[in-house]
Amino acid sequence: MTRRVAVTGIGVVAPGGIGIKDFWELLVDGRTATRQISLFDAAPFRSRIAAECDFDPVAEGLTEAEVYRLDRHIQLGIVAAREAVEDAGLAAGATDGWRTGVVMGTAVGSTTRLEDEYVVVSGAGREWVVDADNPHPYLYHALVPSTLASEVAGDNAAHGPVMTVSNGCTSGLDAVGYGFQLIEDGQADVVIAGAADAPISPITVACFDAIHATSTRNDDPAHASRPFDADRDGFVLGEGAAVLILEELQHARRRGAQVYCELGGFATFGNAYHMTGLTTEGVEMAAAITSALDQAHANPDEVDYVNAHGSSTRQNDRHETAAVKRSLGDHAYRTAMSSIKSMVGHSLGGIGSIELVACVLAMENGVIPPTANYETRDPECDLDYVPREARPARLDLVVSVGSGFGGFQSAVVLDGAGRRAR
Amino acid sequence: MIHRRAVLTGLGVVAPTGGDTAEYWETTLAGRSAIGPITRYDASRHPVRLAGEVRAFDASGTVEQRILAQTDLWTHFALVAAQRALAAANLTTVGGNDFGIGVTTSSSSGGNAFGQREIQALWSKGSTFVGPYQSIAWFYAASTGQLSIAHQLRGPCGVICTEAAGGLDALAHARRVIRRGTRAVLTGGTEAPVSPYAVTCQVPAGTLFTGAEPARAYLPFARDAAGHVPGEGGAMMLLEEAESARDRGVPALAEVTGYAAAFTAPSFDRQDAGGWAPTAPALAAAIRGALADARLSPADIDAVVADAVGVQAADRAEVAALRAALGERATRIPVTAPKAGVGRLYSGGAALDAATAALAIRDGVLPPTPSVTVADLDEDIDLVTGSARRLALENVLVVARGFGGFASALVLSRVPDLASHL
Repeated sequence: MTRRVAVTGIGVVAPGGIGIKDFWELLVDGRTATRQISLFDAAPFRSRIAAECDFDPVAEGLTEAEVYRLDRHIQLGIVAAREAVEDAGLAAGATDGWRTGVVMGTAVGSTTRLEDEYVVVSGAGREWVVDADNPHPYLYHALVPSTLASEVAGDNAAHGPVMTVSNGCTSGLDAVGYGFQLIEDGQADVVIAGAADAPISPITVACFDAIHATSTRNDDPAHASRPFDADRDGFVLGEGAAVLILEELQHARRRGAQVYCELGGFATFGNAYHMTGLTTEGVEMAAAITSALDQAHANPDEVDYVNAHGSSTRQNDRHETAAVKRSLGDHAYRTAMSSIKSMVGHSLGGIGSIELVACVLAMENGVIPPTANYETRDPECDLDYVPREARPARLDLVVSVGSGFGGFQSAVVLDGAGRRAR
Repeated sequence: MIHRRAVLTGLGVVAPTGGDTAEYWETTLAGRSAIGPITRYDASRHPVRLAGEVRAFDASGTVEQRILAQTDLWTHFALVAAQRALAAANLTTVGGNDFGIGVTTSSSSGGNAFGQREIQALWSKGSTFVGPYQSIAWFYAASTGQLSIAHQLRGPCGVICTEAAGGLDALAHARRVIRRGTRAVLTGGTEAPVSPYAVTCQVPAGTLFTGAEPARAYLPFARDAAGHVPGEGGAMMLLEEAESARDRGVPALAEVTGYAAAFTAPSFDRQDAGGWAPTAPALAAAIRGALADARLSPADIDAVVADAVGVQAADRAEVAALRAALGERATRIPVTAPKAGVGRLYSGGAALDAATAALAIRDGVLPPTPSVTVADLDEDIDLVTGSARRLALENVLVVARGFGGFASALVLSRVPDLASHL
């Protein structure tokens, strides 16, 4: 008998909204949190805009020791996880820690901390053989991307399977997908699953400058992230974290937990084409959507909403539009599809989980968040992208897709109607 | 539930003790160590001066020059090891238009030297001096992405990060993918942590050997254990669904019959070796879980490939876990740690250990632990030292721990003959 997986708690730290309430208000209002970079002096860079979190770690409950020990992405992740755990009513001791796992995604890990400390030990880049005598006492925590998962696990007394997933821009969907699989397979009853990235640092901004992937609408940052709009010119880097509590359905019912929805299916494929490039056909993303819908016992024409990867690059928007048409057929023209990256930017590995939390909230509230800044139609992107204004709708089958680094394409299906029982 | 079975049909090694699988196995059976002075940079003023380097490595015959220039050494190792694994599995023409073969690697530090070079360019010369390949070479998903593209593998692609336990967790994830319908997964892990900033980052972990004598540098389970050295390389393997292997007529080296992972957070005020004691209950739980998964009892386990950190408290915790999970038998089962001759390869280490276990099962011989003698032993275990030991091996337990609290156990079992066995 298949073990079914429920979402019983959510937490988020996103640009413009720390916590579920502020985040959801931002999305429903269609406000954008993209702005001039304030985290460092970005004057020398090609792209000088980003979606930043106004995040005070101590105000959010972290100790000075935690702030000293951990890169910003882990701080964001811990705060999001705490909100999700509380939302799920999982107080300490409420579940068996040995049956609780943690799967956290991140694309670039602690690279901000690694760069900051590199500058110190290298004399701002003077020495190749850097000074190794007095490194930051927690520098090894920054080197290894596993620290995100180990810190969230330690913070929540999890003793089951714990891992970081680093699949580039699909990390946030894949982490939730892997957590879903752990529960399905019986390796855990509860999984704290999510993702975090805080990549707004000189080296990461320079990386994307070098490949001209980011927007240069530096004089108008609020309107820079324009998924599916004909006048888009690249993505806007973001940061943030989100966590979902995944729970075996009977386990959730036994303890009387709230159930937002069920995780119906997850699939991921590689395009084996290019590390950062996409084909125009969208075959692999379409296959992921189809597989995830099959697992969810759902037909393509039941999809009420597609939460798009919508990164605001020309190649993505066309690829993704093709993939949705290929997997949903004519229904693609009837379903709604939007990208919250228009409002909160693209936080690399973090965004997939942030988008899943947005989907859960959309189902819960019966409102589809809009694609902000969508004004001018691109003839090659001819679906309903929910321009600028949120739209009330009953949603009981939602697909969220992600695409990125390495050519990886992922899809997660959320189901509010118990289709897996049929 | 009847699971699809996953068998290893090919492996490829790149290690300090051997540039290819045959040389690695010969050197490893002879108990030779490759630990020596760091030559990749001038480490004479660094606290860590020894490492296990992969010498005389030339990927140019295997990997396109263009790709070599766009990627870091850790990805070169992965590409070369993967090529050998696929050749050994007689799978030289793969890919095509199906999603039947995926990729799962482990990673724990990414493209270290490449990344340092580009950050140095940024800080010493300016943002426009960061090259276009930093974005695809530095981050943790680089090797999986390149492997998918190089061999046209369009199945599920992923990267698991659990520090030094990563190699086992990647294999387990690959098995999970195969159980869900994928025909085969190219899996394993490699690492290139011997570069100036990467070694500097490892210093605060507090477990690196800081002396000058290679013969004293890594003495697991010994009374005068003084840490370990970083090492380079790892292993890639083809894990394949058993019927697929049978239908292709390729022999199976071993089957992944059992696996479990668990976690115990260390105490953060203890960065010294004392932080290792809490790892025992998690490792014991992982071993018990792996045996249960394989439907085996302690009496069925013929040998253990140890985590063998080379720090007294860590090694004692490992022996305590073996005792807790295997009972009295723990003192009689042959235990070996060939990694004492190559150093800690981080995420590549457990992958190499799994490959070593598969080779041991194939040939009915356990390689010794270099540098350690029975007289040195701190604990009452049957550590294989001096020369290799011939014995029939049906089931070999491989254990690994990752910094931060990860613990994993994997059982590899002999497959008599696929044609008659299925």
